[in-house]
Amino acid sequence: MGNKQTIFTQEQLDAYQDCTFFTRKEILRLFYRYRDLAPQLVPLDYSDKPAVTLPYELIGSMPELKDNPFRQRIAEVFSEHGDGNMTLDDFLDMFSVLSEMAPRDLKAYYAFKIYDFNNDDYICKSDLEKTVNKLTRNELTPEEVSLVCEKVIYEADVDNDGKLSLADFQHMIIRAPDFLRPHSCWAQLHAEDLYSLIVTPTDI
Amino acid sequence: MGKKKKSALQVILEDAGIEFDGEVETDTESEEDEVKDKKTNKQPPRETGKTSRLQSKRQEKDKEDKEDKEDKEEDESKEEDNGSQQNRACRRKNYQRRNRDGKKAREEESQKKDRGKTAPTKDQKDSENKEKKTTKRGKEGKKDRKNSTSSASSNSSDEESLSEEELAMLKEQVEQKKKLISTMRNKPWRMVKKLSVLREAQDFVEKFEGALGKGKGKKLYAYKMMMAKKWVKFKRDFENFKTQCIPWEMKIKEVESHFGSSVASYFIFLRWMYGVNLVLFALIFGLVIIPEVLMGMPYGSLPRKTVPRAEQETAMDFSVLWDFEGYIKYSALFYGYYNNQRTIGWLKYRLPMAYFTVGISVFGYSLMVVIRSMARNANESTADGDDNNFIFSWKMFTSWDYLIGNPETADNKFASITTSFKESIVDEQESNKDENIHLRRFLRVLANVLIICCLCGSGYLIYFVVKRSQTFSKMQNVGWYERNEVEIVMSLLGMFCPPLFETIAALENYHPRIGLKWQLGRIFALFLGNLYTFLLALMDDVNEKLAEEDVVKNITHWTLLGHHNSSAGNASAVTPPPLDPADVPRGPCWETTVGIEFVRLTVSDILVTYITILVGDFIRACFVRFVNYCWCWDLEAGFPSYAEFDISGNVLGLVFNQGMIWMGSFYAPGLVGINVLRLLTSMYFQCWAVMSSNVPHARVFKASKSNNFYMGLLLLILFLSLLPVAYTIMSLPPSFDCGPFSGKKRMYDVIQETIELDFPLFVAKIFSYVANPGLIIPAILLMVLTIYYLNAVSKAYQRANAELKKKMQMQREEEKNKRNNKASTNPMLQDLEDLLTPSTKTESPPKQAEDKKTESLNGSSPVRKPGRGEVLAGSPMASGRGAAFTPPSQAFVTQPRTLGVRAPYPGQPRPWGHPLGPVPGRGRGQPCYPPWAAR
Repeated sequence: MGNKQTIFTQEQLDAYQDCTFFTRKEILRLFYRYRDLAPQLVPLDYSDKPAVTLPYELIGSMPELKDNPFRQRIAEVFSEHGDGNMTLDDFLDMFSVLSEMAPRDLKAYYAFKIYDFNNDDYICKSDLEKTVNKLTRNELTPEEVSLVCEKVIYEADVDNDGKLSLADFQHMIIRAPDFLRPHSCWAQLHAEDLYSLIVTPTDI
Repeated sequence: MGKKKKSALQVILEDAGIEFDGEVETDTESEEDEVKDKKTNKQPPRETGKTSRLQSKRQEKDKEDKEDKEDKEEDESKEEDNGSQQNRACRRKNYQRRNRDGKKAREEESQKKDRGKTAPTKDQKDSENKEKKTTKRGKEGKKDRKNSTSSASSNSSDEESLSEEELAMLKEQVEQKKKLISTMRNKPWRMVKKLSVLREAQDFVEKFEGALGKGKGKKLYAYKMMMAKKWVKFKRDFENFKTQCIPWEMKIKEVESHFGSSVASYFIFLRWMYGVNLVLFALIFGLVIIPEVLMGMPYGSLPRKTVPRAEQETAMDFSVLWDFEGYIKYSALFYGYYNNQRTIGWLKYRLPMAYFTVGISVFGYSLMVVIRSMARNANESTADGDDNNFIFSWKMFTSWDYLIGNPETADNKFASITTSFKESIVDEQESNKDENIHLRRFLRVLANVLIICCLCGSGYLIYFVVKRSQTFSKMQNVGWYERNEVEIVMSLLGMFCPPLFETIAALENYHPRIGLKWQLGRIFALFLGNLYTFLLALMDDVNEKLAEEDVVKNITHWTLLGHHNSSAGNASAVTPPPLDPADVPRGPCWETTVGIEFVRLTVSDILVTYITILVGDFIRACFVRFVNYCWCWDLEAGFPSYAEFDISGNVLGLVFNQGMIWMGSFYAPGLVGINVLRLLTSMYFQCWAVMSSNVPHARVFKASKSNNFYMGLLLLILFLSLLPVAYTIMSLPPSFDCGPFSGKKRMYDVIQETIELDFPLFVAKIFSYVANPGLIIPAILLMVLTIYYLNAVSKAYQRANAELKKKMQMQREEEKNKRNNKASTNPMLQDLEDLLTPSTKTESPPKQAEDKKTESLNGSSPVRKPGRGEVLAGSPMASGRGAAFTPPSQAFVTQPRTLGVRAPYPGQPRPWGHPLGPVPGRGRGQPCYPPWAAR
């Protein structure tokens, strides 16, 4: 119990609480999760903001991200330099956005960034192709992939510029019935372990 | 003096504004700002003038960049990767900013150094952060600063209200800061920025309002948050619980993810059938079999409950039991076991009555449940199908479940996404297919002719074979083939016709979903022949048994009489010892025969199905898999390959099996129990088989939303199986010595008997009235009319629905077109305007913003007051950052991109195009600088 005070100052904890969707306990829990990735790198004292970054290889091996086809993109989007290496702040940011309490708008914004592979602020055809191939593990033929991409652009591109802007994306995603919500039953069942990691406050 | 005063005030206000919008500054910075407040008071006014001009310039630039403003602000990865342009923009702004107040820049440098002391390794990063921050500050700040300056200049006239205005403004800003603090977590910013903005906002609030925004509010918020989380968790748990309560949901999902929804629809149908059969099972076992076992006369007490003497030797042999003879035949599983006693046990349970009503209600319930499910499916399929504008988009962007944290689930999800993509692609390809319509039509007609020929041929073959078998059965010594000719022909037809149909169906080139329906219908028609021969044979059997019964009845009568006579002759005083029930001669009891026939058929069907799966799928798969290592051609890709799941065959098997159950359950109450077991095992067995040894179809296609076609087949079979049962009940006399209705003329007499004996007289009267044809025929007429009316109404609604849908579609198209036109015409208009004012353009390239400013400035003070009001209203821009990032999609989307350059940003106060402005035509006005800017 005593180490609670030494990791973060009270101020830091308060600030983190204001900036994320987590409570104190969850923040500490996430800190320990972060530290467990590389105990030799991450100090136990964060009150003076040490500049520690964990490489993507460690972040991507977390059970929450391990099976996600977009894990690299997620890490890149949330990392400070876009290389997937994360500081604790980035780490907290990522889980805050991915947590259940985050509002739809915020998630949609980050989802757009995640799907925007080449960072040009538009989801263009190459981005879509990458997304499809990641989602289907390259099971579709190139013709099928291009058909799907054309259909997506046809459906969602409101201003007819051949690519999806953030506005197009939001226009489409806001109508989606189950955007970023656990809907398929088996995912829900298996999601429990992850869920407990992120949300359940347990006393440390 | 006024000038100086004004500028001082302006500076103060501006500083406040800066502080407000420049949330990025850290606490040290804001402290320094405070110090700076005093310093800048003494600064010459010229600097502020320059400031504002620079500021205006920056604004113009901002407007140029507005298009991608939002993304530019945050996206540092982009800045790193391909952001040469962005970086340039940032640096430009940064540069301007530093130009504007180099002092501030210097402060920042010093602060940077401070930071560097605490975290020397992060120096580089920090500087980058700084850069970003300044960029952002510049952007966010510009509007408020502008407003504050303009309002300041407007307020300069009345010095009295100064402090009040300032106070109100400060208050407003404090409120905004508080709001910002509370919504900080919703902002798509980096944590570093959030932290610094938060700290600054807190400091600001603290400075101007004491320690507020902490303490109680936070606790309350935490509590609320906790409750919300608990609620979400509860909801999710509940959902999980609900899904877990649905039997085999996981299994079916797994099958669906690999084989598509069409295969899954078979399993869903199977599950539904299992549910229906469970209810039937409960009905029959609860109301007939269990009362009989508990309260009825025990085994051996009556001739009908005893195995006859001649059969007793072998009654327990397995071969006999396997044929459902022996002890099984004389058990509560079959009709013949039941006694015709009106009431049984201490409950006075009216078993014959219960038997009859349960037999009827099995059909009643089945009909009701099938029709209700069909209606619900139809409802669902019409209710769901409205919004299909984003099929592919949603599939692409929302199908991955971010909560998946287990490789197996992830595999399933990948498979299911791929499958669903394939399904949609097939749909899409089908809808886009355009080809020679005449050829297609000709081929379809040809295919149908061929198939009708096949059906007729097979029908005639069955008829011929059945006729032959009837003559064979009269002959004495016929060979094995002659005896089994019908079965052999039937199974040969069942084996070869479906593939033949499939081959012919390839001519038609339907969408696989429609193709499946055709295939189902055709095989159904073929199998009807099966049913017909079976029923015909059965009816022959029954008629034979009925004839035999008459003979036996007399024999029994005479035997009993003789027994009595003989015993009476021996000792007249003593009652004769009762004849052992096993010795009493029996009638053939055709009902039990029929029941046994159905049970045998069902069991053999189960065995055949399972063996087919085992051999045709599993052994084949094993062979292909393992022998492939040492074979001369590729077995997996070549000839035998793996089996596909045969949807049509399986569905029809299920449907016909259910028909057998319905027909047989009246004469063999135990049949439903066997069927429940069958469905249960086949669920697991087939799930395993399909996952282990089948491959998905080449064209995985989506099942129709409602499996109403299956239901329709089921309804047809239900009707067909209702007919023979109703016929036997209504027109055949029950056996005289077995079953609950023995001794009656017809089975339904049991109802009349009950009404006459157990109900008051008037009920019988009412019943006789109701049964009067004079009443029944009008009732039927009325029903027909109602059906006609309802049908007409539903058709009308359908039309209206289709019309509305079409209208909506047209509207959407129109909207899209309009937007496109706007987007295309707008640049043209812009060019025209530019042509009209070439001089101004060359003089000051970013003229538009200047013009706007001119307009806003030239407005008199009444205009400005609302302008200030707008500052207050509009300044939550900073706190409403999230909203700016993700604006209400409607509002945003309706702005074409090219228009966005000029359009006022939602919530951004810009008195642009104001009627009071002296230069209404934008672009044509002289670039007259505002007085405060000209200074």
